[in-house]
Amino acid sequence: MDSVILKTAIRFLFPLLLLSSVFLFLRGHNEPGGGFVGGLVASGAIALYAMTHDVAAARRVLRVSPRVLIGSGLLTALCSGLAPLALGRPFLTGLWINVRSDGMGKIHLGTPLLFDLGVYCVVTGVSLVFVFSLLEE
Amino acid sequence: MMFPSGSLPFLWLSAILIAAAIAPGVHRVFGSRGGWALAFIPAGVAAQMLRLWPSIVDMKVVSASIDWVPELNLALTLRLDGLSLLFGLLITGIGALVVVYAAGYLRGDARLGRLWMLLLMFMAAMLGLVLADNLLSLFIFWELTSITSYLLIGFNSDKPESRASALQALLVTGAGGLALLPGLLLLGVVGGSFELSSLLDNAEAIREHSLYVPMLVLILAGAFTKSAQFPFYFWLPAAMAAPTPVSAYLHSATMVKAGVYLIARLHPVLGGTTEWFWIIAPVGTITMLLGALLALRSTDLKQILAYATISVLGTLTMLLGIGTEATIAAALAVLVAHALYKGGLFMVAGSVDHAIHQRDIRKLGGLRSAMPATFAAACLAAFSMIGMLPTFGFIAKEMWYEAIGSRAEGGFLTASVLSNILLVAAVGLVCVNPFFGRRTETTQGAEECNLATWGPPMIVGIAGLLLGLLPTRFSELLSAASHSVSGHAVPVKLALWHGVNLTLLLSLLTLAGGITLYWQRHRLGWLLNGFEGLTKLGPARMYDRMLSAVIHFATGLTAILQNGYLRFYLLTMVGLTVFSVWMALGSELLSHLEPMSLDFRIHEIFLIGLILLASVVAVRATTWLLAVGALGVVGYGVAGIFVLFGAPDLAMTQFVIETLTVVLFVLAFSRLPDFRRLSSVPTRVRDAVIAVIAGATITALLLFAITVRSDHPISDYYSAHSVTEAHGRNLVNVILVDFRALDTLGEITVLSIAAIGVYSLLKLRASNGSAANDGAPEGPPATVAQRSEGM
Repeated sequence: MDSVILKTAIRFLFPLLLLSSVFLFLRGHNEPGGGFVGGLVASGAIALYAMTHDVAAARRVLRVSPRVLIGSGLLTALCSGLAPLALGRPFLTGLWINVRSDGMGKIHLGTPLLFDLGVYCVVTGVSLVFVFSLLEE
Repeated sequence: MMFPSGSLPFLWLSAILIAAAIAPGVHRVFGSRGGWALAFIPAGVAAQMLRLWPSIVDMKVVSASIDWVPELNLALTLRLDGLSLLFGLLITGIGALVVVYAAGYLRGDARLGRLWMLLLMFMAAMLGLVLADNLLSLFIFWELTSITSYLLIGFNSDKPESRASALQALLVTGAGGLALLPGLLLLGVVGGSFELSSLLDNAEAIREHSLYVPMLVLILAGAFTKSAQFPFYFWLPAAMAAPTPVSAYLHSATMVKAGVYLIARLHPVLGGTTEWFWIIAPVGTITMLLGALLALRSTDLKQILAYATISVLGTLTMLLGIGTEATIAAALAVLVAHALYKGGLFMVAGSVDHAIHQRDIRKLGGLRSAMPATFAAACLAAFSMIGMLPTFGFIAKEMWYEAIGSRAEGGFLTASVLSNILLVAAVGLVCVNPFFGRRTETTQGAEECNLATWGPPMIVGIAGLLLGLLPTRFSELLSAASHSVSGHAVPVKLALWHGVNLTLLLSLLTLAGGITLYWQRHRLGWLLNGFEGLTKLGPARMYDRMLSAVIHFATGLTAILQNGYLRFYLLTMVGLTVFSVWMALGSELLSHLEPMSLDFRIHEIFLIGLILLASVVAVRATTWLLAVGALGVVGYGVAGIFVLFGAPDLAMTQFVIETLTVVLFVLAFSRLPDFRRLSSVPTRVRDAVIAVIAGATITALLLFAITVRSDHPISDYYSAHSVTEAHGRNLVNVILVDFRALDTLGEITVLSIAAIGVYSLLKLRASNGSAANDGAPEGPPATVAQRSEGM
């Protein structure tokens, strides 16, 4: 798609969209958002980039192949489920720790976040495989 | 002993499985010499079993159990009693010899490691079968023997006939297994337990139950197919496409005896009734006679042996069907004698084949001087098979004749003598033809093979001789095994010499008849040839017919069910949903429908109006872009409704999904040819009617669902526990990543698989398309449009 307006708009929108994707992902546990919708926004942003520039450029921006994203996402989700097994708890039980850091106060970290990260990667990877395959055909 | 005897059976199984696992590696490192080392493992197991001999013959049992699936009453219970010890010794003892023999037979062949592995895997399955005490684990081992034997029979997988006969064996025995499973389940349910040992206590009730006959027929179908009884015998000769070590092991000593084992094992529970006698004994008798006749007709060494095996399997079945204490003891004696001599004869046949690559008896002759050791082994086995003093075969045959004679069923005795006369003549074909007479063209260059090929048949031959000369110790085991089969103590006294009596006279008659028949066999050609014509119409033909009928049926069914028209699938799914909803809930749905209150807010009406308008536009659109855009508006509208009714997560996801869907649609549809109407007006009217009915049904279902809320909606639980247990306030996300994370894990896996599918489809199209597009014009092929008109 050869449109100057779109190209220029994307230059500004692209980082914003990615940022909001990460934001959506991180706030998901307490507010609307989460890995699924975050991943979709990210892939939407990259899809727009791919359409205005070309797939090769989008792949360069993404740095890793969508297939690697899918695989690592599945693996991350699986590992977050396996971790409790090591402690003798059932598969996929959430494990939580409190981290105190100087700048950011108390942070609540748990395996569900890791799991959600896996979902995020898989969703991004899958929709980008669709988009890239169709665009490249 | 290092281990408590309770865990021993498991130790044996795992030792053999470990041997199977390392077999390819052993072959790679040590070559065919590794066979001697590998054979130590089954031989060691056999030695350990021998150490348990004293306690087993005292009627003690060794048993061990591991819970497998406790919810299903499935325990892996292994139990060693007289019968399993008898079988276990044959399996591991002959198994060890066969491993050595295989090394000699396939010396220098790269596939030897695989053959060892499969043989040992089969050995473990077979050992598990005879040790299993639980009906379900017995069935699992039973099927494992079918599968491993399939791999073994089809070992020469580059030969089509090898694959075909392996498949035939698998289909026949597998079909029997399919019958066996419900039979065993019935037995377990009727008897109130799946443990064989506790079923014994309920034997009386099981035999009088109304389901006794169906249960018996199903179980026997399994046993008969496995043991190649009439009319299922045809797979066994076909399975001779297997390498000879496999034939020697599976088709003489072990697998084909599994059916006999099952009949023997279940005799104390199911046996002793008139049905038992009248189903089993006649089938066994027919098989016995048929096998012997067919053996005499064949010209291939292995085929002759295979048919002779069928005959003996028939004998065993007949004896077990008659089911007196004497016939049971005789059956077990014949079984052991047969395993020893037939294993030996198969190996001899393999050695001959190995030496001169010829198995046709018409082209063999004069090998006696060229292969003296093989000839000696053949003689040992042949003496046992024809029942010559002082081999164990003689003792077994005496017991057989005596057991039947004392029951005064003249028919069985006549049939037995007749089949034995035929078998004696068949032995002549196998052991006289190739070794005596003049050398032929093919046997000119024959010479003795290595120790590994003539040693093992020699050992089983000597074993048969020793058992005949010193039968006293063995009679203890036979007595214990008969005890397991008949259910009460059976004294068995084996002796070589009983004095001159009727059975000895019958033995002499058998020998004399057999030898005469062998000398005069050329005059009987017309009889056997006539018989050949008859067998061509037989069960093997039926099998071929059935197989092709099944394939035709499957093709037809697939053409109907999987016709490749997406619209047909959609129609079926939608139609079935509508149909089943109204069938299940029809009257309830209508009675629960209430008029809705129509106090909509203005922006809700606007949103709904927009959705309806967009859907009409989508249906009536004349360009792809308009249709896709209109569908997008529908999706956005639905997302708007989510916003209005307080589901921001859902709405957000829906918005992004809609956007991406539109993008993907546009990308995909931009490749399609120009928009064109592919369906006629009547088709569209029909589709509209279907759509309206489906939509109305779903609407009614939703309205119904609101009215039948249960007392406690599940959301209460989630909202109460989400912060305390999952540390999150967003219920939707907490459910996704915590409460129902397993579902999510499944979903992302499905997504990934879908991505692989899309990726490979598009890549495939891209690579095909570039080649196909050269000549073909753009646009869909005409057939697509025509097909669309048709639907």
